Amino acid sequence: MNPLVPLPLLIPLAAAFLLGLLNKRCPRWFADSIAILAASATGVVSLILMHESALRPIVYWYGAWTPRSGIALGVDFYVDPFSAGLAAFVCLLALASFIFSLHYFDSVGNLFHVLMLGFIAAMCGFSLSGDLFNLFVYFELMSVAAFALCGYKTEEPSTQQGAINFAVLNTIGAFLALLGLGMFYARTGALNLAQIGRTLGHDSGVLVVTSFVFVMCGLLVKAAAFPFHFWLADAHAVAPTPVCVLFSGIMVELGVYAVARVYWSLMDGALAPHRSALTGVLLVVGTMTALLGACMCFAQRHIKRLLAFSTISHTGLLIIGFALLKPGALAGAALYLIGHGAAKGALFLVAGILLHRCGSIDEAHLYGRGRKMPWTGAVFVLGGFGLVGLIPFGTFAGEHAIEFIAERNHQGWLDIVFFLAVTITAAAVFRVYARVFLGRGTRLSSGARLKTVDERRETSGPHNHVPAVMFLPAFALGLLAIAAGCIPGETHAVLTAACAFADHAGYQARVLEGAFLPIQAVASEHAPLLSSVLRSLGATLAAIALAVFAISPAWDRGRIYSRPFARSMAFIRRLHSGRVGDYVAYFAFGVAAIGIALAFLIAS
Amino acid sequence: MSLLPYIVAVWLFLVGLYGIVTSRNFIHLVMCLAILQSSTYVFLLAVGYRIGAGPPVFANVPVGTPAVDPVVQALLLTDIVVEATVVALLLSFAVQVHRNTATLDPEKVVELEG
Repeated sequence: MNPLVPLPLLIPLAAAFLLGLLNKRCPRWFADSIAILAASATGVVSLILMHESALRPIVYWYGAWTPRSGIALGVDFYVDPFSAGLAAFVCLLALASFIFSLHYFDSVGNLFHVLMLGFIAAMCGFSLSGDLFNLFVYFELMSVAAFALCGYKTEEPSTQQGAINFAVLNTIGAFLALLGLGMFYARTGALNLAQIGRTLGHDSGVLVVTSFVFVMCGLLVKAAAFPFHFWLADAHAVAPTPVCVLFSGIMVELGVYAVARVYWSLMDGALAPHRSALTGVLLVVGTMTALLGACMCFAQRHIKRLLAFSTISHTGLLIIGFALLKPGALAGAALYLIGHGAAKGALFLVAGILLHRCGSIDEAHLYGRGRKMPWTGAVFVLGGFGLVGLIPFGTFAGEHAIEFIAERNHQGWLDIVFFLAVTITAAAVFRVYARVFLGRGTRLSSGARLKTVDERRETSGPHNHVPAVMFLPAFALGLLAIAAGCIPGETHAVLTAACAFADHAGYQARVLEGAFLPIQAVASEHAPLLSSVLRSLGATLAAIALAVFAISPAWDRGRIYSRPFARSMAFIRRLHSGRVGDYVAYFAFGVAAIGIALAFLIAS
Repeated sequence: MSLLPYIVAVWLFLVGLYGIVTSRNFIHLVMCLAILQSSTYVFLLAVGYRIGAGPPVFANVPVGTPAVDPVVQALLLTDIVVEATVVALLLSFAVQVHRNTATLDPEKVVELEG
């Protein structure tokens, strides 16, 4: 048993406990250093685990309750390069947030650090857990920490609205997943993922499919898939900027990861004859999410809300990557996750810098006010290139891998979905760059064309320069977004890990028999690079062209001629009503639609 | 095994959902969420219940005595803890809303939309 395995959970929890105990009795610098130390230590441990599990996944049984004759008795952590890598990525983003927030939140003691550390611990546990009920517990721990962080700025009414929408929708999702989990337990008498998977065998009866739909829909709420995504933009608009980095960069993506984990470890045997049904349903969900998020993203002028909708769009692309149910596409999704998380983190941190310098987050109010910050603007553009998937960003490598698999499986139309989603979201970012950092193009009327939320500054002290502790994390994340696509041998290593991840029988043997199964190196097929490069350059040019068009006077004139488009956009925007009751109604509708569609496709 | 607890669980889930969708008061909304959650309690207990079985205490009973499933009861306890946390947090948000806007109506505090 590897003694390092529980540490990604224990270190942040212990640090949170210590800081919670001391609370206001310890100085601010002490809390900061403990938090940064804990995040770095957890990150290093996770990286070591990722390295050690690269050849052979590690199964850690708490209290040494190992399985007896193939029956799981205890609770396990399953460490493979994916789970450990996600834990490491959590810590890296958390580190950037902690450094960025060094002079944030002066008045509230160390509550922020305690909540953040609890959040980190929950996300690490969520990635590593090999037990369905523990997955639910970490899901809830992660959610509760996130709700509290989201509602952190208590003096604004919009904050509570965003936090309540977030909390209610995610909690209902969690209970739906719990019902599904209970149904799995009723059917199999097991809670361990491998054990449930083995007991289910090839049973794809009504009970099993319903349980899976419940668990999947619960997790998809976290993943902000259409039509469960409504909470995300509200939560991001009001959450403090350093928290947004974690929300957008990793928490939402963990929802997709958990669906993938549950599918491959638990349902792959049962649904093996019906894969195309699940692929079909999830491709529709992913496509809707990607396109709707992109349109909503372009329509925003509240920069954090704009970035939040872009996260929805890109999560839709991740769902597409998983929906193909092929290891190659899964590897692409993993690369995409890292590349997108880093780029989005950098973009949010720049939004935080704008809020610090100018006291506003509205594209209209900020017109031309970023001209004195060329370097900050450069990081913003870098993030934009990350979103569009320009070569050599991590998103390019991911998109390249997913599209290759999609074309081979006769789903070539997904190229168009990718192209539209990345072009529109990046164009929104470039448009903001041109208006805010270059001061070019038409001015938005600062009046009431749409209701905006005025954010108060989150920082105190002088606002006439960009502090290094704010700029450097943003810059580092921007570089990471590039580096994620340039590490030599990376694609092959990720593909190997993805093949082990998608090995249903191998997972069970490793967990339940403790079988010594090394990860088989797989021969990666060389996808034609040239067409992907051309597509990436094309998407970049299209995004820039669309941004230029959007800030030209022709855009405002064009609005008159495109009534049907404007009307449908207005309709979509009305759907995002900000009322939690509406969102819950859409949620119920979504669960029913996904369940009926899947049942229909399986039966036919 | 009777079907009744499962019907009750589904009923509680749906009625809680309906309450949340139509709620015009945050406190009422949070209580509906609590009702929705109680469906999971009923469901989990029903999964582990066996007619004629005793409590899962294995001291001073002959081997093979039927007992109800203790695992779901452990799940249930965790579930209750989770619910208490979430409800407390949501109620504190409701208090903040009332302090800031002097209303508890979700329709009247909408600031984020579109």
